[in-house]
Amino acid sequence: MLVLIKSGQIRFINFYTMKTLQDCLRERILIIDGAMGTMIQRHKLEEADYRGERFKNWHTDVKGNNDLLSITQPQIIEDIHKQYLEAGADIIETNTFSSTSIAQADYDMQSLAYELNVASAKCARAAADAYTAMNPDKPRFVAGAIGPLNKTLSLSPDVNNPGFRAVTFDEVAAAYTGQIKGLVDGGVDIILIETIFDTLNAKAAIYASKNYFRSINKPELPLMISGTITDASGRTLSGQTLEAFYVSVMHANPISVGLNCALGASEMRPHIEELSQIAGCYTSAYPNAGLPNAFGEYDEQPHETAHIIEDWAKEGFVNIVGGCCGTTPDHIKHIADEVSKFKPRELPVVELVS
Amino acid sequence: MNTIKPYLRLSGLEPLIVRPETNFINVGERTNVTGSKMFARLIREDKFEEALAVARQQVENGAQVIDVNMDDALLDGVQAMTRFLNLVQSEPDIARIPIMIDSSKFEIIEAGLKCVQGKCIVNSISMKEGEEKFIEQAFVCKSFGASVIVMAFDEAGQADTKERKVDICKRAYKILTEQVGYAPQDIIFDPNIFAIATGIEEHNNYAVDFIEATREIKKWMPLTKVSGGVSNVSFSFRGNEHVREAIHSVFLFHAIHAGMDMGIVNAGQLAVYDEIEPTLKAICEDVILNRNNDNNETTEKMIAFAETIKAKGKVIVKDESWRKESVESRLSHSLVNGITDYIEADTEEARLKYPIPLDVIEGPLMDGMNIVGDLFGSGKMFLPQVVKSARVMKKAVAVLTPFIEQEKEDRKNAHLAAGTVNEEAAGAAKILLATVKGDVHDIGKNIVGVVLGCNGYDIIDLGVMVPTDKILETAIREKVDIIGLSGLITPSLDEMVHVAHEMKRRGITLPLMIGGATTSRMHTAVKIAPQYDEGVVHVLDASRSVTVAGSLLSKDQKPAFLKNIKAEYDKLVTDFGNKKSAKQYLRFEEAQKNGAVIDWANYKPVTPAFTGTKVLENYPLAEIAEYIDWQPFFIAWEMHGKFPALLTDPVIGVEATKLYNDAKKLLQQIIDEAWLTAKGVVGFWEMARTAPDTVTVYDEKGLEINKLEFLRQQIKKVTGQPNLSLADFIAPKDAAQNPPLGGGGAFSVTIQGIEPHIKKFEANHDDYDKIILQALADRLAEAFAELLHKKTRIEYWGYVSEEHLSNEQLVREEYLGIRPAPGYPACPDHTEKYKLFELLGGEEATGIQLTESLAMYPASSVCGWYFAHPDSKYFGVGKIELDQLHDYAKRKGMSIEEATRWLRPILE
Repeated sequence: MLVLIKSGQIRFINFYTMKTLQDCLRERILIIDGAMGTMIQRHKLEEADYRGERFKNWHTDVKGNNDLLSITQPQIIEDIHKQYLEAGADIIETNTFSSTSIAQADYDMQSLAYELNVASAKCARAAADAYTAMNPDKPRFVAGAIGPLNKTLSLSPDVNNPGFRAVTFDEVAAAYTGQIKGLVDGGVDIILIETIFDTLNAKAAIYASKNYFRSINKPELPLMISGTITDASGRTLSGQTLEAFYVSVMHANPISVGLNCALGASEMRPHIEELSQIAGCYTSAYPNAGLPNAFGEYDEQPHETAHIIEDWAKEGFVNIVGGCCGTTPDHIKHIADEVSKFKPRELPVVELVS
Repeated sequence: MNTIKPYLRLSGLEPLIVRPETNFINVGERTNVTGSKMFARLIREDKFEEALAVARQQVENGAQVIDVNMDDALLDGVQAMTRFLNLVQSEPDIARIPIMIDSSKFEIIEAGLKCVQGKCIVNSISMKEGEEKFIEQAFVCKSFGASVIVMAFDEAGQADTKERKVDICKRAYKILTEQVGYAPQDIIFDPNIFAIATGIEEHNNYAVDFIEATREIKKWMPLTKVSGGVSNVSFSFRGNEHVREAIHSVFLFHAIHAGMDMGIVNAGQLAVYDEIEPTLKAICEDVILNRNNDNNETTEKMIAFAETIKAKGKVIVKDESWRKESVESRLSHSLVNGITDYIEADTEEARLKYPIPLDVIEGPLMDGMNIVGDLFGSGKMFLPQVVKSARVMKKAVAVLTPFIEQEKEDRKNAHLAAGTVNEEAAGAAKILLATVKGDVHDIGKNIVGVVLGCNGYDIIDLGVMVPTDKILETAIREKVDIIGLSGLITPSLDEMVHVAHEMKRRGITLPLMIGGATTSRMHTAVKIAPQYDEGVVHVLDASRSVTVAGSLLSKDQKPAFLKNIKAEYDKLVTDFGNKKSAKQYLRFEEAQKNGAVIDWANYKPVTPAFTGTKVLENYPLAEIAEYIDWQPFFIAWEMHGKFPALLTDPVIGVEATKLYNDAKKLLQQIIDEAWLTAKGVVGFWEMARTAPDTVTVYDEKGLEINKLEFLRQQIKKVTGQPNLSLADFIAPKDAAQNPPLGGGGAFSVTIQGIEPHIKKFEANHDDYDKIILQALADRLAEAFAELLHKKTRIEYWGYVSEEHLSNEQLVREEYLGIRPAPGYPACPDHTEKYKLFELLGGEEATGIQLTESLAMYPASSVCGWYFAHPDSKYFGVGKIELDQLHDYAKRKGMSIEEATRWLRPILE
């Protein structure tokens, strides 16, 4: 039993009777939050804001290192989480898309990777718990977001040397292990490997996750996997078709598999339809707010995105929906309202004998 | 409800799902250093590229999985496996299929698993070193998601009898499914195929043991799969490929029947069971099924028979079988595949075969080009391939042209002699293409010409800088069916409006197509279409030109097509009107007050190494080439995507790589043989901002030599955001310290000498290389501008002491200071180019001519201003209001009409 005190009220959450993620997934279509970057942009933060007091003398520019804000401006991050929770999100993603030692090397902050994950997980945990306390019938979950890295294992950065790789599998797995440790220590409920454009990077993350939980001798947290189809060819950036991608990550035994980013909802439809046919687990989809316009901005309106996603729900393609680049709490609210009318996609029967 | 079946699922770039109805799966065996001497040699000699060809050959021969093995005492297996698999991943036609990672050393298997994104098969693990090791290895394989081959091997050794095979497999199955958590369908057993007919009696039953074990395994564990190395079975007939193929074929026939699902085979060499000669087949059946084999009787028979057969060597040659086909098929093959090697001889052969030479064009050649058109239309061919096909077509037509001319002449003479009138044959539809007056850019137009030409249209290309009169007169005289206009710089937009206007005035009724980099559907709808009522269509790229031309020329489709276009454009006009009112603009004075605030008092300007100009003649092309940004090169070819990722793109990667290689080759030739020369001029002067949007240029004595006028953003910005003008980046007169004033600079670069080479390619009917050359010249000019800017930053002006920026960072404009060009967003007035060129020393110094629309000739030229202040940045002026227009016209000493003409693209 845990007692939470929030704005003068005392709430009791009984974790033994609380619904699990699996319970919720059986009941209804769950809502995952929208873009973090878009919301951070609204604050028009400057270099000094990113640095905060602690990094005021840091030797490289850190503006743009959004994950750092979980340490230097945690109130902003927690507030964004709350806006999404208020809009109806069941699952919120930690602000850790680039919190690996490899991605943080851009800012020479590789040594902070673990701390960033702990801090971001705590921001999200606090926000989620506050909302769970207000309405224990709608428990909120924190997904530790694991991004794709700025270096890729299946592609060479040097055209003249296609066999070259900028990073090794072991390095990637080690970076992800550090991230997962931070996320788990910070208290996440789910590990979410997302925006996968190179399946081998994702396989390294899966490998890291499995080995990490084995090494600490604890049960694995539920794993969500979300790939990215980059264009009309229907393939990932590393060249796999959707089904090949799914087959390549099936061994993770994820609670859900899905798609996010790169496409707007209308472009994503045929792919999520296909995935709903082949996936043995739950499916998720969180598209961008349309395709970027000529200025690189997303301008699909909340009701437009929600309208397309409503159709997916009606067709029974999805179990978890939300938004990616360019989406806002308003998008999430519209999506949540539209899909609440529909039952979640039923899990297929997975035959164990021929 | 949906059900997911327990099938074995594997993947490369594409999935491979083994369903009950799936036929036997061929695993390619040639990429194995223990099984292929050639492959082993290539790997040992470090010829990995050639080794890749072995893998590709396996795929082409039908392998559905490739087995890769690097177990060689002389090799570092981990390193070789890693390197080879990484290379395989960058070849989409190989990486398409799943990989079987084959090694007896588990560290090599693990290294291989770390390189492959798809779901692999591990070949193999076993219990030969006990259960503990087996479980540990199985866990590793599972954490990579791989299916595993389990060899029927335990602590006591390799299983040879049916009973031992089945027992070991059952034991392994229990461990894998219960302790490791493997799904049964991910387990593949290899119950050991051993050599038969060795002369040792105990070996005679080995094939039967395998086949029967397979039957048992599939009975007890129906979801698992059975595999094996097939060539082992015929090991004693090494060197006699003919016999071996027959044995393999017969063995597989029975093993598959018993339930074998996959096998490692040489996918290119498998005899068809039904086509094995009966005597050989009968002996093979006996030897495999161990029949009539007391005292090795059958074995002896087999050996004796094998000796009577001379091994039929099979040589793999480049597939030239198409040369044996009819001349029509050969022409078609050459066109579709872009092969020029035989086209002249084949065309000549066809000419002799057909009654008149024109029949060759209208018959087989057009048939071939129709296939090309269809493939292109359905996205199965890409632009560079089409241009290659066009090259073949042009060469073929060149062979026929003298004969066609001769025939025309003969006919005319006959008519004259007979006193009859010359008949006019109805030919293909004609399309006139021209780059409008004042513009020199024609790469895109040339591509459109080639593509339309490929689709059977007769193209009249008037070239560049074509005045309206010439376009319209030619259109009437040549009785063309469509007029197509192209242009790249903004003043060309106005010129197109003018052409449309003139067409209406002259009562012309031909449809008008509009294309080129600055053109847009919006501009066409709002500005051009209202000028002309007979059909104006914006064409986005060369690929679309075919359907548009087709619709415009079809009597049935044209009315509906134009009606739809009109409706679409009318809507754009309405939207445009609605949008206009939404934006808010500042009064010009207010905008001027809200300029960029730069702390000039604390700015320490750097004095350039020289003032006045410096001319760089014949700058080394090799050095310039290092700065080439390739992405725009591919955009010119309508291949979109990020460079270099597009080279490995699953859809266009193969063709993009070919194009890239061809371009690199030509570039090397250009450099080696000095086809082109690069000329650049850079100059620095003292400058001061003497009015809000005016910069005065001084000579060394401090005398005024010119005044530059700039335009300012006028749209209402959010609080705190300035309304920028380039003038803001120059220190004002009053704040400037006694010299230096801070200063500014200008540059131009041009690539000269392209014309004779263009002519040469044209004479050779080679549009492909011609367009590559033009696109490369453009790239070199841009690269030279980049290089010169870098030298300016570090050396000539030297306001940056040190800089380590990659080419990508240069393309992303991460450098300090800017180099905006007149006519582009930050300073959209082209006429300021006059001043820029005057300062640099005019045509004589720069080698560049300005056309009446202020396009630069040679077309591959770049110019711009230099600003050094660290706050200076690129921006777009955007739309301006009339108050600024009036002020600007006054400053420039232009009439309002003239200023309006030049600034039209930025006027609301």
